Amino acid sequence: MKRWLTSSAGIGYLLILPSLVVIFSIIIWPILYSVYISFHKLYLVRPGEFPFVGLENYIKISRSPVFWAAVGRTFYFTGVSVGVAIILGLGIALVLNQDFKGRAFVRGLIILPWALSSVVNGMMWKWIYDGSYGALNGFLLQLGWIDSYKVWLADPRVAMNFVVMAEIWKETPVGVIFILAFLQTIPSSLYEAAKVDGASPWRRFRYITLPLLKPIILLLIVLKSVWAIRDSFDIVYMITRGGPAESTQVVTFYAYLTTFKFLRFGYGAAISYLITLIILVFAVVYMRLVYTETLYAETI
Amino acid sequence: MRKVEMKITGFLKHLPAYQVLIYTLVVLIFLFTIVPFCWLIISSISIKTELLSVPPHWIPKNPTLRSYKEILFGGTRTTRAARYFKQAVGNSIIVAGSATVLCLVIGSIASYSFTRLRFRGRHSLLLMILATQMIPAVAIIIPIYVVMMTLRLLDTHLGLFITYSSFVLPLTIWIMMGYFQTIPIDIEDAARIDGCSRLGTLVRIVLPLAAPGLAATGIFAFIVAWNEFFLALILTQAAVKTLPVLVSEFSTKFGADYVMMSTGGVLASLPPVILALTFQKYIIKGLTGGAIKG
Repeated sequence: MKRWLTSSAGIGYLLILPSLVVIFSIIIWPILYSVYISFHKLYLVRPGEFPFVGLENYIKISRSPVFWAAVGRTFYFTGVSVGVAIILGLGIALVLNQDFKGRAFVRGLIILPWALSSVVNGMMWKWIYDGSYGALNGFLLQLGWIDSYKVWLADPRVAMNFVVMAEIWKETPVGVIFILAFLQTIPSSLYEAAKVDGASPWRRFRYITLPLLKPIILLLIVLKSVWAIRDSFDIVYMITRGGPAESTQVVTFYAYLTTFKFLRFGYGAAISYLITLIILVFAVVYMRLVYTETLYAETI
Repeated sequence: MRKVEMKITGFLKHLPAYQVLIYTLVVLIFLFTIVPFCWLIISSISIKTELLSVPPHWIPKNPTLRSYKEILFGGTRTTRAARYFKQAVGNSIIVAGSATVLCLVIGSIASYSFTRLRFRGRHSLLLMILATQMIPAVAIIIPIYVVMMTLRLLDTHLGLFITYSSFVLPLTIWIMMGYFQTIPIDIEDAARIDGCSRLGTLVRIVLPLAAPGLAATGIFAFIVAWNEFFLALILTQAAVKTLPVLVSEFSTKFGADYVMMSTGGVLASLPPVILALTFQKYIIKGLTGGAIKG
């Protein structure tokens, strides 16, 4: 026993044991328990009753138009916010990679939106969008683009886009930081050689920078999609609470309402589990990317 | 065609227009980054009539720190807000602080084990831990809630602390691995030849060398825990509400007092913003960590 404990493997297990205990008890075990709950009917208002219902919750969900609408909105929220944030991030990173005075300062500042909590971010944008006193209305009025203040968040057709804009503002820095860090690892000799060969800045971007950036952009797409699905709750909760007319009700918010407002825990668990499955698809892709990426970096 | 392109770019390079373009873009980026948050700060130091005029006064004529004084020390009409605020700050410090410490202690040794030691199942265990990082809290909150309710840990520091720790831990392990990889293995071997045990080497040699990494990881973990909202919203009711939960309730609790609301938002953001701007190099390394070997 003692010899095992002083062996490399023994110490290896010993050192990860505390972390494993914590992660197992608060994350892995609940995932499994949540599957168990999802096969039951569980209303917190009726304690003691916990009948097994098999796949009933899942069948109900699959037939619920509210659920599918929420899933659709989640994909819209994720797709648009991630897409725009990455394109914007790429543009900003390319500019910040140029030589200009105060470069270090601006580069440092770019992290600011990331440091804000999603709650403060949501509150801040809700205040900017405000229909009676908001800065957006004031600004557009002064520019002469609108005649009178508009209640942006009351319109079901556009409310989601305002929520997405708030998310984009907060999420752009992460893309900038990743891309900027990667741009610095591209040897400048590549560009110099291309310059000698007479390649224009556009061509240098198109044929050197972009292909090299491709893996990191793929990684960002996967990673940020997962984060966006996860963070969609906070921002929707803060800005619109799912309204108006359910137009911003993303699936994470729907799961929350079902569970903690209507107290249908079994049904809520089934929805949550479906969200986990969606995320797991992304997680598997992410792991593959990270692994090939690391191998790729090691072979250079 | 190629020749023309070359001529144009060669020309552009020497024209100040190129410089003008870059600086214009930089100014736009700068404004994009700071204007929304600046408006929050301006809102917090404005007086109501100026803020609520149409259009608002962009630069307040009579800036005042009154709302800060009221929220921090209590004023004539805001003793309640001040009391709640102080309590929430205390809760946030306790929960985020203790979760950070626990994650650093158990996360750093686990991370060392994953980086340096060879044992069976190492890869799959690591993959599993990293995968948990992607699971959204909303997906597993129901069992956590049921368990916390059964154990009477709802609305307690302990309950929130344990939950936060498990959510921050995978991140800690991942970031620390990047630092351990940079410590040359020769140093450890030398110490072991001199008769130091493996654990002795870890405590006396490796951890002190990894101190900057520990600090950076700690800052990162603290910001994440400090800003967390969803778990706190579900697992707290009154006594241990954290700052984000209080901020989310500002508008309903104290009426539509935009000055007060903005002040609360600015104050809640101060610790993460100051930490992030001061230690941005470390944060960037933590964020990009394993993805980019620079």
